[in-house]
Amino acid sequence: MREAAIETADRAAPVSGAAIIASIKQAGIGTVVALPDIVTCETLLWPVTRDPGLRLVQVCKEDEGISICAGLSYCDERAVLLIQHTGFLDSINAIRAIAVEYALPVVMIVGLQGMEADRAPAESDKLGVRIMGPIMDAMQLSHSVLDQNDDAAAMATTIDDCYAASKPHVFLVPRSPA
Amino acid sequence: MMQRDAALSVLADHYPDGIVVPVYQSAFDWMAIRPHPLNYLCTGAMGQASSHALGLALGCPGEKVVVLDGDGSLLMNLGALVTIANAAPKNLVHFLCYNGEYEVNGRFPVPGGRGVDFAGIAQAAGIPNVFSFSELEDFEDRVGEILRLEGPVFVVLAVAQGTAYPQDYPAIHSAASRETFRQALRERISSSA
Repeated sequence: MREAAIETADRAAPVSGAAIIASIKQAGIGTVVALPDIVTCETLLWPVTRDPGLRLVQVCKEDEGISICAGLSYCDERAVLLIQHTGFLDSINAIRAIAVEYALPVVMIVGLQGMEADRAPAESDKLGVRIMGPIMDAMQLSHSVLDQNDDAAAMATTIDDCYAASKPHVFLVPRSPA
Repeated sequence: MMQRDAALSVLADHYPDGIVVPVYQSAFDWMAIRPHPLNYLCTGAMGQASSHALGLALGCPGEKVVVLDGDGSLLMNLGALVTIANAAPKNLVHFLCYNGEYEVNGRFPVPGGRGVDFAGIAQAAGIPNVFSFSELEDFEDRVGEILRLEGPVFVVLAVAQGTAYPQDYPAIHSAASRETFRQALRERISSSA
């Protein structure tokens, strides 16, 4: 899976929300824990609400979702946490302790709100976007970009790996899905 | 006012072998009062107990899940009360041990001290069944009934510090504690299937 470089000159169409939903369901995800993010709300979160195969748990703050996903994992229930990168940054202590140090399969889909269309996240003018990669690396938290349909197709394998190895992962969404 | 360990002993008498998510000094007390593999000790970050418990309650709808929260902890995650009310797990009972202080962090008072109306906050958040106790006899009279109610339930226990149980921090962060709980829960679920 591609890590961070997003070439813009020949940039393919964005991943579709339907492809993401299909892949997470293929991976056995039954619950989406979410707080709305402008990047993913229209084409991913709203469709989740209409999918009878997915349970939506709304949270008031993103760190709640880290713990809810952790609790579900002990019951062998698979979940993803759908949030914005600002919420990720706000939740670092919970992610550090619960997902990373406790080595639990907390899978996050994180929208990069404010991400420019013509560059990679590491080159963003937005500090909050630019520091996401270094912070995740410092936390030894695996991450990948979810930008095109090929990325969505690979999600199921990554999620399976997270649950098999009991480890967290972050999917970064740099632009709104189609 | 009742002592916390006395209140927890009453709870243990009525709830001897179910899932419990305790925090900090309540956890240290509970580990001594009711040692059990279904004690979920590793909540990781302050304030997160009720959110872990919500995940457990949603993932194991056939099991009762009890939270033993602290006031300082709940103040860090008040939105969780709205989240829980909205998710409406029928099997979640959220106890709050309210002593008005950060007991394991120097006994410094929480903002608002003993003047915070946690029961009112829970009611306003939409929790349908809310109770508040400060006397042990009253709690003892009602706890059995409360545990049989359909959740979510929120119970304020206004408590004073009781016996000083050892603060076993390694236990509330250990991989062994997590694995013990995981195995115990799997056995519980498979035996009740």
